[in-house]
Order: sequence, then C-alpha cells, then structure tokens
Amino acid sequence: MRGRVAYFGVFTALALIFSYIETLIPLQFGIPGVKLGLANLVIVLALYKMGTGEAYLLSVVRVLLTGFLFGNYFSIIYSLAGGLLSLSVMALLRKNGGFSVMGVSLAGGVFHNIGQLIVAMLVVETFSVIYYVPVLLIAGMLTGLLIGIVSNEMLKRLVNISM
Amino acid sequence: MKIGLKKKDWVLIIIIVCVAGLTVLVHTFIGGKGANRVVVKIEGAIQDTYSLSEEGDYEINGGTNILQIRNGKASMVEADCPDQLCVHQKPVSLNRESIICLPNKVVVEVETGTSREFDAVTQ
Ligand SMILES: [Zn+2]
Repeated sequence: MRGRVAYFGVFTALALIFSYIETLIPLQFGIPGVKLGLANLVIVLALYKMGTGEAYLLSVVRVLLTGFLFGNYFSIIYSLAGGLLSLSVMALLRKNGGFSVMGVSLAGGVFHNIGQLIVAMLVVETFSVIYYVPVLLIAGMLTGLLIGIVSNEMLKRLVNISM
Repeated sequence: MKIGLKKKDWVLIIIIVCVAGLTVLVHTFIGGKGANRVVVKIEGAIQDTYSLSEEGDYEINGGTNILQIRNGKASMVEADCPDQLCVHQKPVSLNRESIICLPNKVVVEVETGTSREFDAVTQ
C-alpha cells in the first residue's frame, strides 16, 4: 500500500513535468487545445501498471494541477474533456483485448482530440470546427502511436516491478 | 521497423484514416471556392457580416479581437485572449473555413452568400 502511494506520487510528478515541457514546446496545430499529449505517456503507463481507477485519479489530478500552475479555467475544461474521454476509450480497448499498447495509445490520442473538439463545439456553438476533424484525427493518431511505442518499451523494462 | 502492432491495431488505424479521408471529401463538396463573405459570431449569435472583397480592419466583440481582411482572406490580427491561438491561425478564405477564439467565444466563419442575401446585408 505504501509502495502504491509512492508510485502514484512519482507518476503524478512525471505527468506534471511532461505537461510543463509541453507548455514550453511552441508546437501549434492552430487549433484550440491540441497538443502533443506527452503526459499521456504517464497515463498509459499507469493504466497498464496500476489499473483503471488509479489512471483516472492520476488523469484528474494532473489536469487540475497543470491547469492551476500553467493554465487557466478554459484549459482545465478542455484538458479534462480530452483526458477523460481518451482514458475511457483506452481502458475499454485494453479490457476488450486484442489491442497492443500502441493500438490503445493511438486510440487514446485520437479521442483526446475529439473530446476537446466537442467542448470547443459547445463553447462557440458552431459546427464549423468540424473542419478540423481530419487534422485532429491524423495528428492524434500519430502522436498516440509515438507515445504507444515509447510506453511499450518502458513497460517491457518495468515488467518486474509490481505497483 | 517492427513495432509489434496487432491485427486489431491495424483495423483501428485503417478506420481512423478512412474517417479522416471521408471528412476531407465532405469538406471539398460543401467547401471550395465562391465564398464571398465573413460572418462574425459571438456565442453562436451572428454579430456582423463583412465582404471578403473589401479590405479593412474590424474591431469585434467590443474590441477584444481585431479581424483583418486583405486580398480576399480573413485573419485575426489581434486578440486579448490568453492563448493567442486565434492570432496564430492561418488566414481563411474558403467556404466554411473558420477562425475560432475560444476564450472570447468568437467565431469568424467564411460563407457563400447568394447575391441577393449579400446585397441585403451590405445595404
Ligand atoms: Zn483568441
């Protein structure tokens, strides 16, 4: 139990660091809220090593802390919508079986962007954001795949550590 | 490069690429040339309509954002929002293209108005 709490703390710290690094990278897709999703790496690891419940808790804690530290009220809502939708899809695919870590992660990347798009659509009350869908899908897929490959390598090395 | 993708992963990738391709097709059908005006919406309600052929700078939303029309293209040149994403967005000129300022809830959308409709707006 103490080990779990310690690991959770390490994961939270890592997620925060990644979120911070991401605010420093001037990578803009020109679309509100769309980012590389580096912190998703930690969420994927938590999902596989700790379980669904812990991954959800980590996701919410990360979004709130990052929002208060580096963002604003808007960024919290977008990140939360993207993060929770993404995690729900990833948990579902992982449970369903037949998907590799890469597959789970790329689906997560795609739905992360879809979640944010839905919020954007509700806020500005227009469907014109649909124009961004192709870019969002492909960008989410590629970044998700990349994060999946890295996660997969890390999970291989963490195989003997139980959390 | 062997990265260990499974069969279901590939199915997922193919579905995503197909959906993306399909939406591009839909856009080419509803979008394209012939757009002649820019509609400014705040929280979904139309505030102003400007002609794409008339160059000018326009204050919108009481001055929180400044819209510029040059060479038949519309762009956001100034905004007081914290993220500045709208200012970084590329100029829009095609039908249904839009620039969004999420924090200020401003949408600038390119449209094709029929000439009669358009006359009614400019009069
Ligand atoms: Zn803006």
